[in-house]
Amino acid sequence: MTMAIDLKGGAAPATLNERLLKRHDRRERTALSLLTAPGALLILVVLILPIGWLFWLSFFDASGEPTLANYARMLRPVYVKTFISTFQVAGLVTAACVLLGYPVAYLLSQLSERTAGILMIFVILPFWTSVLVRTYAWLVILQRTGLINTWLTGAGIIEEPMPLVHNLLGTVIGMVHVMLPFLILPLYASMRAIDPVLMRAAANCGATPAQAFRQVFLPLSLPGLAAGIGLVFVLCLGFFVTPALLGGGRVAMWAMQIADNIAVYGNWGAASALGVVLLAVTALILVVLRRIFKVDTFGGAR
Amino acid sequence: MKRRSHIKTGMLAATAMAVAISTAHGADTLTIAGLGGKLQDDLTATLFAPAAEKAGVELRGQSHDGLAGVRVQVQSGSPGWDVAHLGAEDCAIGAGEGLFEPIDYQVVDADGIAESARGENWVGTNTYSVVLAWRTDKYGDNPPKDWKDFWDVEAFPGRRALSVYPQEMMEIALLGDGVAREDVYPLDTERSLAALEKIKPHIGVWWSSGAQSAQLIKDGEVDMEAIWGSRVAGVIADGAPVAFTYQDGVIGFGCVAVLKGSKNVEAAQKLIANIVSPEIQARIPTMMSYYGPANRKAFEVKEFPADVIAQSNASPENAGRQIVMQPNWWAEHNQDVREDYKNLMIE
Repeated sequence: MTMAIDLKGGAAPATLNERLLKRHDRRERTALSLLTAPGALLILVVLILPIGWLFWLSFFDASGEPTLANYARMLRPVYVKTFISTFQVAGLVTAACVLLGYPVAYLLSQLSERTAGILMIFVILPFWTSVLVRTYAWLVILQRTGLINTWLTGAGIIEEPMPLVHNLLGTVIGMVHVMLPFLILPLYASMRAIDPVLMRAAANCGATPAQAFRQVFLPLSLPGLAAGIGLVFVLCLGFFVTPALLGGGRVAMWAMQIADNIAVYGNWGAASALGVVLLAVTALILVVLRRIFKVDTFGGAR
Repeated sequence: MKRRSHIKTGMLAATAMAVAISTAHGADTLTIAGLGGKLQDDLTATLFAPAAEKAGVELRGQSHDGLAGVRVQVQSGSPGWDVAHLGAEDCAIGAGEGLFEPIDYQVVDADGIAESARGENWVGTNTYSVVLAWRTDKYGDNPPKDWKDFWDVEAFPGRRALSVYPQEMMEIALLGDGVAREDVYPLDTERSLAALEKIKPHIGVWWSSGAQSAQLIKDGEVDMEAIWGSRVAGVIADGAPVAFTYQDGVIGFGCVAVLKGSKNVEAAQKLIANIVSPEIQARIPTMMSYYGPANRKAFEVKEFPADVIAQSNASPENAGRQIVMQPNWWAEHNQDVREDYKNLMIE
């Protein structure tokens, strides 16, 4: 059809085409965005509206009177401590995941697709086991009468069993195990997308392998790393089961405090206020992260 | 349809099912919700099913995750459950929030039930005990005798465990600090928290579930701990070198209450009257070892074998060595104490 118009020629074929093309373009875009409507509607109904409702509830007390008490309560020491320790744990776990996950993702990206695929099974395997089972398994390995301690004391290497679990250390170990795939997968995808020719070009220009890695590979892998970090950090903030079982009661996470508030206080506002604060601070951190990495924390370069 | 849905529930013990089917014709259907698991199976077989049969009601079982779930049911305006089984402090808290219908004490004869084990809107159904348990391979012939020994870290070195929930632990801390059993209530929270602060360095684990507390002592992760009697009994039955004492134990209650908005209040009252009747309560000592009846008249119904009496936490002899938890105190102080306790724990 465009062809036909073109052939007819005339004084303003370009503008005519342009207008038609634009209209076509617009129509296509509307049609495509309509395709997302069911999904968008679902998100609106099951996510946006309930969260909005919780925001609203957080400003009311049990009898329905408007109040700021739900927020004022968060200044008490137990809330402050829990809040800080939540971000500490999330930070520690994220850092450990980066240290352990980056080399693994790099190795996988350098292997043939086939070998990498086989090794990838080991990365994804933990996904197939329930978090609860994995957490109890760590208990069997780490506790005072567990595998590591009985072996080390039996071999005479240590006299007293080491406190590996029922504390911050055990919590971090258990959470890193759960979180590692979330870092490796996006990182691996972005490393795979790096053209190997670039590394050869760097070598051609006289870069040592270390220089080529630092100046070419590392910067190009940053978007994937940022996506992984964002994902792991945010998921850690909502952790519940692992710290409850491996923390021995000493490690308090914000999600546990929310559950506590639902049980203890007879109104949803008390718990939703905690959710609101966590959401706000998390959003803030993601913005800061985005500034630092100069990339979108949820995938892709800007 | 009705029949199919209660078969689907699959929560009840086989006995309850038989009862439900045999009385299905023209009877009211009551739904009772408990904390689930083995405890609910046992309670259903021991109390709920025979009580339903006597009351002539059909019974369905559901499980909840504590007071929060009950709250949601009541707030919905038309609760799916008629009766909830909870810990007594939760019953007292829920009563304060107006979640329950009043108990009709014209129908429910509460004569043998202690004042502290019932309220206007709830009534105790069974007792349990929090006891001191220890590893016999660690302490041998000189085990800790009471909570004072639990607090004596020099005479009894070793790692200890307490619960992450303050109920019963605050009482235990006062006993450990030398308060006499009869002076524990009203709780001196400051003194109790100070005592907990003293023992904190020796607490290896703060446990958050019954299963965890059993695993800790079974594996020797801790050398002594506060644990539910029924849980430690299971550990001992498994052959672990563990023993426990009722000395200075804390007796707590399970309870039932009728959810506000239930359409079967009258039938529910009848069911509850039977649950707490001495005859049905007398089934507890033999069918649920290490639990006890809430109605002390249960021990007058019949003669129990000596070993059953020795095991039951509520037998007159064992009960005399323990203190009784006061749910109403907790209903009043739960919010503040819980936060102070947690603050101490996570420091």
